[in-house]
Amino acid sequence: MINTVYRLVAPRRFEIAFEDIDIFGKNAIVRPTNLSICNADMRYYLGTRDAKVLAEKLPMALIHEGVGEVVIDPTGRFKSGDKVVMVPNMATQTDDFIAENYLRSSKFAGSSMDGFLQEYVEISPERLVLLPENIDMNVAAFTEIVSVSVHAITRFERFSHERRDVIGVWGDGNLAYITSLFLKKFFPESKICVFGISKDKLSDFTFVDETYLTTEVPDGFTMDHAFECVGGNGSPIAIEQIIGLIKPEATISILGVSEYPVPINTRMILEKGIRMFGSSRSGVADFAKTVEMYREHPDIVGYLGNLVSSVNVVRKTNDIRDAFELDTKKAFGKTIMKWEE
Amino acid sequence: MVYGVVLAGGIGSRMGRVDKPKQYLTIKDKPIIIYTLEKFVACPGLEKIIVLCPKQWVEHTKNLVAKYIKPAEDSIAVIEGGSSRNETIMNAIRFIEAEGKLNDETIIVTHDSVRPFVTHRILQENISAAKEYGACDTVVPATDTIVEAVDNKVISSIPDRSKMYQGQTPQSFKALKLKNMYESLSDEEKEILTDAAKIFVIKGEKVALVDGEPHNIKITYPYDLRVAKSLLEDEEDD
Repeated sequence: MINTVYRLVAPRRFEIAFEDIDIFGKNAIVRPTNLSICNADMRYYLGTRDAKVLAEKLPMALIHEGVGEVVIDPTGRFKSGDKVVMVPNMATQTDDFIAENYLRSSKFAGSSMDGFLQEYVEISPERLVLLPENIDMNVAAFTEIVSVSVHAITRFERFSHERRDVIGVWGDGNLAYITSLFLKKFFPESKICVFGISKDKLSDFTFVDETYLTTEVPDGFTMDHAFECVGGNGSPIAIEQIIGLIKPEATISILGVSEYPVPINTRMILEKGIRMFGSSRSGVADFAKTVEMYREHPDIVGYLGNLVSSVNVVRKTNDIRDAFELDTKKAFGKTIMKWEE
Repeated sequence: MVYGVVLAGGIGSRMGRVDKPKQYLTIKDKPIIIYTLEKFVACPGLEKIIVLCPKQWVEHTKNLVAKYIKPAEDSIAVIEGGSSRNETIMNAIRFIEAEGKLNDETIIVTHDSVRPFVTHRILQENISAAKEYGACDTVVPATDTIVEAVDNKVISSIPDRSKMYQGQTPQSFKALKLKNMYESLSDEEKEILTDAAKIFVIKGEKVALVDGEPHNIKITYPYDLRVAKSLLEDEEDD
């Protein structure tokens, strides 16, 4: 079938291309319905990625956060009309020790192959996770970023010691919001403290125990473990503050993406015996676990709904550009495209 | 019930010296009509598809469906077209009637078999508009100035371009309404009505506009086939 693919060909410029996809092959065909714009998409859109990277990767269809409805699944696992979340990571091999999202051979939608900005997505049924029938699809659209938090928390459980009385979360953006929400669900007994720079944003974190401005940390405050969800230019100062405040033998989970190398205080890491680990992306198991959490704790979906910054109906190529431009202006939350193109 | 009606009745007289109708020519080793049918098969709103083609091509078309899109075979009926575009559409409606499925809610989405670049959105918006208005036509704003020459020699008028559109397909209708209106026409009227939407227009009924796409091209001339091939075959070089 002739499938229309909406590719970014240069910063701020989308063009359509056509691809013949096999509707009765071994893969499923999914009609995307709700797509969510991620900061990574914006770095391509605005051309803030390294020029060499842009030259190598474009033209490419963006978007790796999205849900849709199954049109055809040759395996019969899904029936036509089933609501599913699409997993952007595509493993090409398996490994007993290395998760699929860390295998260098894996491909990723909207990064090393076309993303979900397509009329139809041809995708292995293995990379689809069934959603609850009545879920808010504008929230489900950004399950990918949620699954990244779930993935990091799952690994944190594996790596950290079990005294988790106080867990600090640095950041007041989407990732910090999601991570602290899920930390509270996974560790209800733990005191979750969030540190940010915007009082206004921090006021939305009503489900955590404490929120503080990074400039107003109470004297004597300390924590057992921490999550860094800042990224960008704020990374160095956040990591420095975490290392300074955290208890010995703590585990620090790094989640914020930074385009530049970040200097860290190795002397204090050594002195405190700190374990620091990074997490990036997620795999099918993390998506399944995330959707299970949606089912078990429906209030999560409600809280995540507060992150929906705007819902934009996209019928024509210009509407895609408008949604991306709108995302440049938002202070917080997620820009959703209701995909009718 | 919503039916896709794929019109493959043309014999391609504008295509130059070709040995078969243009809808059976191939792009990347697949007939154009199959690309079009795949779009209809993938559209969840369409429950059954009727393909209408010249009598001598009916078996050939059935064979192509069996060869390329066998899993969809049960939802595709291939039947003979009529002597004109509207007669062909009427054949489709008669087929629906014979199945006992023709009622006030029956929608037909009629489409040229040689427009394989139709999109999911266009099909869905056709279904919605036909349900709401009873009839709709897929159009794109005219990019060239349209001139009218009543005597085919000199310009008689130049309409305001901002109000001009170029018709594409699909055109979609409430099937029973279309049939009743068509049957109320005289033979002379039927003769001059080359377009099904015009039946609604001359009867004073509303025909809604659905946004088409510039790439929803009709493969009519050899040039169009080259364009279609280049749009699809460039992908191989990526």
